[in-house]
Amino acid sequence: MLEAVVFYLFAAVTVGSAVAILLSKNIVRSAVWLLGTLGAVAGLYLLLAANYLAAIQLIIYAGGILVLIVFGVMLTAQRPLVRFETRPNEVALAAAVGLVLFAGLLAAIFGQPWPTLPEATPSAQVAPVRTIGTELLTTYLVPFELVSVLLLAVMIGAAYLARPQRR
Amino acid sequence: MFEIGLGHYLFVSALVFCTGIAVMATKRNAVGILIGAELVLNAANLNFVACGRYRVGGLDGQVAAAFVIVLAAAEAAIALAIFLNFYNALATIDVDRGDTLRG
Repeated sequence: MLEAVVFYLFAAVTVGSAVAILLSKNIVRSAVWLLGTLGAVAGLYLLLAANYLAAIQLIIYAGGILVLIVFGVMLTAQRPLVRFETRPNEVALAAAVGLVLFAGLLAAIFGQPWPTLPEATPSAQVAPVRTIGTELLTTYLVPFELVSVLLLAVMIGAAYLARPQRR
Repeated sequence: MFEIGLGHYLFVSALVFCTGIAVMATKRNAVGILIGAELVLNAANLNFVACGRYRVGGLDGQVAAAFVIVLAAAEAAIALAIFLNFYNALATIDVDRGDTLRG
């Protein structure tokens, strides 16, 4: 019962913030609404017994990516609070694409019954962070190392792309 | 209704995914398109974790979601560097103006 209440609360915040991103004309407001979605998704992770992932979500997304996005808005603002109007036919097209996609996903989701969780499955317990760390360095070692090389390449590439041009 | 199952999470994820697609389609500010991409990635992550909890078991879903978060951070960094270059070259962040290659 309590789980259901908390789930519906977090789900409402997630979807509401996402729709607010879609509807707000101001890009800074969109970035702030994104914070709502990211935080509520972290709450859903907590409900799914993924404590470590919830912390990662808050640290990297809310702490890192969101700050990066706000910096991007500030560095590319021509005038204070510049806004671009979307043409009505573009809005209609986007709404049609979104609705068709959503209908297809709903048909796929509710086309078959999903069994509810038997409480005895081992995944129902919260995995301690120590287990996740051990798994990352044993079972998932190859993707882990690949991702670290990718992050290095991204760091160099971003610094190279964003450096001031000397003419 | 009060028994939260996998379908509930998939429904929320589908809603966020379609909203993200619509955000990417309607925003003309490049940073807005990046925000839409983040919404889509979050929806995918929610599916990973929910299926990992309710169907697969173990840590597979959580670890996949962690890798997606890392890739999202990398994507955001590179995308913003590209946007800065775009802004330097065209003096605007409106993606509709980036049609230099149009024949």
